[in-house]
Parts: sequence; structure tokens; C-alpha cells
Amino acid sequence: MGPGPRQGDGAGPPPPVAVARPVLVALAVLVVVTVVATAIGPADLSLGTVVRVVADHVGLHLPGRVSAIDQAIVWQIRLPRVILGGLVGAMLALGGASYQGVFRNPLADPYLLGVAAGAGLGATIAIVSASRATYLLPIAAFAGGVVAVSLTYLVGVRASGYATSASIILAGVAVAAVFTALQTNIQQQHAADLQPVYSWILGSLSVATWSDVRLIVPYVAVSTVVLLGHRRLLDVLRVGEEEATSLGVDPRRVRLTVVAAATLGTAAAVSVSGLVGFVGIIVPHAVRLTTNASYRVVLPVSLISGASFLILADLGARMLDAPAEIPLGVVTAFIGGPFFIFVLRSRRSRQGTL
Amino acid sequence: MRTLRVALATAVATVGLALAPSVGGAATHAAWPVTVRAANGAVTITQRPTRIMSLSATATEMLYAIGAGSQVTAVDKYSNYPPGTPRTSLNGYALSVEAVARYRPDLIIVAYDPPSLAAQLATLHIPVIYDPAAPSLAVAYHQYLGLGAATGHLAGARAEVARLRARVAAIVRGAPHVPVGTTYYYELDPTYYSVTSATFMGQLLSLLGLRSIADAGGTHVNGGYPQLTAEFILQANPSIILLADHGCCQATPSSVAARPGWSALSAVAARRIYILPDSIASRWGPRITILLQAVATDLRRAFG
Repeated sequence: MGPGPRQGDGAGPPPPVAVARPVLVALAVLVVVTVVATAIGPADLSLGTVVRVVADHVGLHLPGRVSAIDQAIVWQIRLPRVILGGLVGAMLALGGASYQGVFRNPLADPYLLGVAAGAGLGATIAIVSASRATYLLPIAAFAGGVVAVSLTYLVGVRASGYATSASIILAGVAVAAVFTALQTNIQQQHAADLQPVYSWILGSLSVATWSDVRLIVPYVAVSTVVLLGHRRLLDVLRVGEEEATSLGVDPRRVRLTVVAAATLGTAAAVSVSGLVGFVGIIVPHAVRLTTNASYRVVLPVSLISGASFLILADLGARMLDAPAEIPLGVVTAFIGGPFFIFVLRSRRSRQGTL
Repeated sequence: MRTLRVALATAVATVGLALAPSVGGAATHAAWPVTVRAANGAVTITQRPTRIMSLSATATEMLYAIGAGSQVTAVDKYSNYPPGTPRTSLNGYALSVEAVARYRPDLIIVAYDPPSLAAQLATLHIPVIYDPAAPSLAVAYHQYLGLGAATGHLAGARAEVARLRARVAAIVRGAPHVPVGTTYYYELDPTYYSVTSATFMGQLLSLLGLRSIADAGGTHVNGGYPQLTAEFILQANPSIILLADHGCCQATPSSVAARPGWSALSAVAARRIYILPDSIASRWGPRITILLQAVATDLRRAFG
């Protein structure tokens, strides 16, 4: 994945772009953010305690004793939450960037084709069903998201006989509307469960565990490999569908693959985090505005910066009203909105649109 | 349930011990019209209601407890106690005024007041009493007396309030002395929503000498119902854990103990995790004493 000129997937050589520097900078930021978010939390632990616990688990035994509770706070509660936040943020940002590329639409986010509405319906059904068991929730949300996007794709292809990006986006609007209507209706019929349903919709990492991390890592990994593998093709698509076709790229195939990969990853992410909003739009655009519009830069840097952004936002969710939580979706929008306007203003002279 | 029946019998026997009247207009409840004060202001009822509709599960329990049950003709889908209430599919949180009107009620009790509901119902000339979730025992008692005056059962309401006061006092007297600084983590749902000592439930539990760990963030944060972070719960290391999410979400002492990291808690090690009847815990009606007694019994097991 090094920089420099290279043959571009048989689609004519796209001009070379500098990838290494922005990726390294983003990685450095991610490391700093991860360390800070691991060191700080509502449980007021000393830095020494945190370092001791982490060192202990990687096989380094430092002197000094740490109580069982502090051990648990760092290793079982805080660290899985940081890691899960990173995975979810990375996935949402990468999914958003890919969607923006494949639909050539700056407002596309990973929820565009109904994955959020579908996952919301699945989660709501799981929450209100009489034998509400917490382990069912991620499964139901994942299934709902995948079903909704599959339906969108089928309807979009059927409606026009040819899967144009406009017909698919419109089908997504319709499917999302139907799923959201069903979800809202079920929610209103079960007023007693309003609280957990709303909490899920606003997104939260409050019950993150290592098993959640293990649950989504395979999906995020596969999705990431596929999407990053399409970074050059997305650059080709930027010139337009017809031009891409004349260069030997099949826009429909690219779209189907990208949508499938992004949907799997996004559905897995939201199944454990709820509907964290804003990450998928703001991070890719901020990356574009500060680096380069090429997808060979935007995809990897969005992946890494999405992780940093959500880890930081979740630190806010944990700390701003400690010991109480603030919904994660509220923090992402509240920090993200002004930050994005700042980036937009400071970089408006630079070329950096889709 | 047996306890309740015994308690009700006691209440009937203590009708004479009524409280001083604090409700307007109804020293003798035969005199109509009566005006009662509820959360939606002064409500005037012109004649003795015989077709009461309760869209509040707690109000339904209260109405039956004060002897107005025979005047109740329709209740919402959540009013599942006492057995035999005239339940309908109505949902107090998603109401159609037409659906309400179909039952031709002459008095409606709600615990949730969407913006235009009371105004719309006013056009039908149906009085509406809005009794939202009580923030304290005193307000719950006030709601009893209001319902008593409105339905012609003020004496029954006074008796029920006296019974509750006496029962609460007896439970508190009989409860074991807990060590100073005994704290609890009260779990409303598996995402760690909890209560502070300022809530209705928190006030009941403080009668038993308990303090909520959630108070650390200020007792009025998030209306008294903050969502706590897991690491805070662990660091606070509560003396006992009360689960009000068994019925909804199948939380049990063993499922709590199995949560990653939670085995370090002393409440887990000492097995001081107790399941509360969550269908009662979210209401502020006659069965609060059952809940309070359950906690007192748990405390005896923990510290007695």
C-alpha cells in the first residue's frame, strides 16, 4: 500500500498521489487518541495504574499492586470500549467514504441505503419482544440492516431494469421510510420500552465488551480489505460512469461489491453500537478537505481518522457528564458539526470536493 | 398478593383514622360538583363519575385500592393489576381521542399528557385528571386524595393513605440496621440506567438507610435517572445491587456476576444481588409496600 505510481487495475494509470504521509499522520493521531482515551475515564485511576494493568496483560510485569476492581475497570471495561469505538468509527467512516465514491454523492453516508432503518427495526423488535434477551439484539440489528439493503438493491434494479445510482438511492429512501415507519409504530405500541429503543437509536458503547470486539472484527476486516481494494476503481468512477465504462470499468459491478462490503461492515458495527450518526459523512469530507480528494488517500485515512474521531467522541460521552453517560450520537454531532464547519472555512480555497 | 389482601382488610378496619382533608371542595363527598387539583390544574367534576377510564396503570391500582373499582369501565393495556380490570387495547402513550370517546367515559385519568390531548378531550366535555409519575411519597398520597375526591371515595382514599403510611413505617421499623455508608446500584436496564436518591424509588430506599451510587454526579442529573458508565459502577463498588430489569431483560445475579470485570465487585463476591419485581418498581401505587418489604427482606439476608 505504498505511495508512488502504479498500474491502476487495467483502467489506465491514475496520476500518482502521496499516500504515505497522510496515513502516517493519521496513525500518529490515532495512537495519541487511543492512549489518552485509555488513560482517562470516570473512574479516577492514576496513569501508573493504567500502565501497570495494560503492561500486565501484554506480559510485562511492573512493580506495584493494582486492586482487582481497578484491573477490571481498565482491562474489562475501558479498553474494550476504546477498541470497539475505534472499530465502529473506522467502519462507519470507511463505509461513508466508499458510498460517497460509488454513488458520487457528497451526502451519501453508510446509512444511505437503509441499513440504519433496517437495523433499527431489528433492534426494536428484539427490545420489545416479550422474552427480551440482550444477546439477541446485535443479531436482530445485523439481520435487519442486511435485509433492508438487499431489498433496496433488488427494488432499485427492478424499478429501472438497470441499476443506476439514482434508482438505487431512491429505492433506499423508500425502503428506509417503510422500515422506519414499522419501527416507529412498534416503538409507540410498547411505550414501556421507549428508553432502551431511544438509547439504541442514539448510539452507545456503554456496554462494550471484548466479545463485542470479537463479534465484529471479522466483518470489519473483510469489509475493509474489499473496500480498500476498490480505492483505485473509485478514483476512476470519479470521472463519471460513462467515462469509467469506456476505460473498461463496470460501474454496476463496482457498486454492487462496494455496497455489499460496506453494508456487511456497517451492519456489524451498528449492531453493537447502535445508530451512531455523522461519522460516515463528516470524517471522509474532513479528510478530503485536509488532504486530497483521491480515494487512494481518502479511504485509508478515513478508516484511521474515523477510529480516532469516534474514540474521542466516546471519551466525551463518558466524561462530559460523569458519572452519567451522554448518548454517543449527540456527542458526534455536537463535536462534529462545529469541527466540520471549521475545516470547511479554513480550507475552502483548496480544491477538495468529490 | 396475600399480604396485600390482608393489608387491604386492615385498611378497611382503619377507615376512622382518616387524615386531615387537603383536597379542595370535598369534606363530604356527596356534594357535587367537586374540584380537585392535579398536575393539569383545577379539574371540576360535575357529578359522581360512573364510567371512569384510567389510562395510567398506577391510577388504576389506586382507584381499585380506594374502592372506586366498580366505577371503572375501561383501562389501558398496561393496567394489569388488580386482576379483572376492564382492559382495552388503548395505549396511554399513543392515543386517539375518538378511540377514547367510543367508551363514553365521564372521567379520564392519564399519567402522560401529550400536548393536545387534554384540550381535545375538553371539547368533548370530559374532565381529565393528569397524575404523572409521583416524584415523592407525599405527591403519591396527594394523588390518592384527589382521585378519592373525584370519584366519591375520599374516605377510602384517606384510609388507603393511612394504611400506606402505617405499613411503610412498620417496614422501616422492622428493617435491619444497615452499616453506615451502605450504597446500592439500582439497575433499570442492562445499559446501566439507574436512579439517584432524589427519585421516588431512591427516596423509598433511603428510608431503609441506603444511598445510591448514582448520587455522585448530583442527585438531579438526568432527572434523577442517569445512565451510569460501567467503570464508574465498578469503582463505586456498591454494597448491594438491586435488579429492576429481571422482568424486562432477564437480568439475574448470575448474569450480573458473569459480566466482564464485574466479578471484582464486593456485592458479587458476597452475593448481595437481588431481583426486584420490576412491574411494581415502575409504579407509585398501593404495591410500593410490597417492593419496600422485598428490599427490607433482602437487607436482612445481606446484613441481618
